[in-house]
Amino acid sequence: MTAASASGRLTDDQRAIRDAVRTLASERVAPRAAEIDRTAEFPEDLRLLLAEQGILGLPFPERHGGLGADLLTVCLAIEALSAACATTGLILAVQELGALPLLLAGSEEQLARFVPGLAAGRDLIAFALTEADAGSDAAAIRTRAVRDGDSYVISGTKRFISHGSVASLVTVFAVTDPEADRHRRISAFVVETASPGFSVSRLEHKMGIRGSPTAELAFDDVRVPAANLVGAQGDGFGLAMRTLDRSRPGIAAQAVGIAQGALDVAAGYAAQRRQFGKTIGEFQLVQGLLADMDARTEAARQLLYAACEEIERGAPDAARWSALCKLVAGDAAMAVTTDAVQVLGGYGYLDDFPVERMMRDAKITQLYEGTQQIQRLVIARALLARER
Amino acid sequence: MRIVVLVKPVPDPGEERLGDDGRVDRSVAAVINGNDEYVLEAALKLVEAGGGEVTLLSMAPAGITDPIRKALAMGATRAVLVCDPALAGSCSWSTTQVLAAALRTLEFDLVLAGADTSDSGGGVVAAGVATLLGLPYLSSARRIEPRDGGVRVERLSAGGYDVLDATLPAVVVGTQLLGEPRYPSLRGIMGARSKEIAIRSLADLGLGERPVGGAHATTALLAARPPAARGSGRVVRDLDPAAAAAAIIDFLVERRAL
Repeated sequence: MTAASASGRLTDDQRAIRDAVRTLASERVAPRAAEIDRTAEFPEDLRLLLAEQGILGLPFPERHGGLGADLLTVCLAIEALSAACATTGLILAVQELGALPLLLAGSEEQLARFVPGLAAGRDLIAFALTEADAGSDAAAIRTRAVRDGDSYVISGTKRFISHGSVASLVTVFAVTDPEADRHRRISAFVVETASPGFSVSRLEHKMGIRGSPTAELAFDDVRVPAANLVGAQGDGFGLAMRTLDRSRPGIAAQAVGIAQGALDVAAGYAAQRRQFGKTIGEFQLVQGLLADMDARTEAARQLLYAACEEIERGAPDAARWSALCKLVAGDAAMAVTTDAVQVLGGYGYLDDFPVERMMRDAKITQLYEGTQQIQRLVIARALLARER
Repeated sequence: MRIVVLVKPVPDPGEERLGDDGRVDRSVAAVINGNDEYVLEAALKLVEAGGGEVTLLSMAPAGITDPIRKALAMGATRAVLVCDPALAGSCSWSTTQVLAAALRTLEFDLVLAGADTSDSGGGVVAAGVATLLGLPYLSSARRIEPRDGGVRVERLSAGGYDVLDATLPAVVVGTQLLGEPRYPSLRGIMGARSKEIAIRSLADLGLGERPVGGAHATTALLAARPPAARGSGRVVRDLDPAAAAAAIIDFLVERRAL
């Protein structure tokens, strides 16, 4: 795929893919969104739909059955899906997140083994870094992987793992060398969830993205072939950070999608709802709200697209771009969805309308894949590194 | 089976506008006519089951390729597009002659067409094409299947359906009962970029000197206007049936409907 032009315009392919996913989102995903939220059930039917349409194949190399799409194209798809349902947009975002360590550092043998199932959407993959005592401080993880002959034996517990209960593969980060430097202690492994000793010990009840299963994963002496080590032993922490640099735009895309969905509902409502003999859209205070919502959403979108291009072309400050777009988009989504509830007034507070769900969904974009506070540290570090 | 599907790019239903000349403004972003998508889906299923290829045939103004690309993305192999400035303002008779002439340059077993278009609603072109080409014409198909080297069609009738058999080549007009059109897969969308869209002019079809096109329309547009805006209706929400009935009766009496 050719890169979009510097003015931010999309290529024909990118536009066609975005439009196709939008159509699918409005016709097949949107009608399910409220029910997914209400029942908090993983939408297996939509996972199948995304797989059949090739959407889950977007991030994967063509030679292993994927569509070889660039980061911007993947984000366009996440954005379009998330405008209808944040849980569904997350299916693609997590598939990319979980597979990124493989795509960044996996051997050709590992890619040949795992990618065809992932690209076809038959296999889901999760990303297991976080633990109960190691969230923002990811280097403090304690899950252990001990070398034993041709295998590693993994023990420990992971927390807050998206798709942990529906994935057949999990990229697990574990300590292989407790005596080494802080950032050299950890390695990454692909673990098949069918392995003996693996179990889902808990599912979280969440404020939003309720259809996305968030799991606690227990590893009780899970034996993993040494051939499943991704990259070299000790590379794990760096690989996790490089993964997040590339996956954070996916969360920014989810946030932009949520914001746009909320804006569309609010604008539609303001054009219809009548009070004091007029539509409320004719009142300046409402117009002000809507205009600010649009400005914030569009600004977040354009920053996201620019960040995708920069990261795709290998910009040296990719980490900064990644953090910038996620910081701005997450805060935009929270503000825009809150204002959307405001525009709908009392009705916005009811689950008859989707905006309260969108507001609950938006909050997570300020928390996962690095809190907004962590994003600021990443950005400041990049700025100050320039000054040395 | 070699199947040609007649497709027409039309304005997005609901977005139609009249131009200054009173005709449908064809510069508005176009989609494939809805009924055509149903027969295209039927064609794709037929070749998926029994082998063959689907070719799209369309008469359209130049530059309108997005809807053709989308139909290619659904799985058609190639497209033939007849474009000529002389065709602007054509009537159904011109369209019929042009499509028949284009079909004479193609090899096919089956021509599939939608019942009518959402912009013109004529519904006569496919029958005209079959007549000009001297081919069997089977309409209102709810089911199409190959049969003993020919085609079998279940044609909707007042009481149910008739079963018709015809030799090939034949022209079949389908209905929405053929089944929901598929979404183009992303792989299909990306592959459509490299599929062939062959452009033909009137001269290419040997119609350069013939009386076809807008200048030779057999129908004249006398006037066109959008329908009068409807007033908003009244919704009776009374939960008491007697009060609700009374309100409805008053409404009808006011309008002398009772």
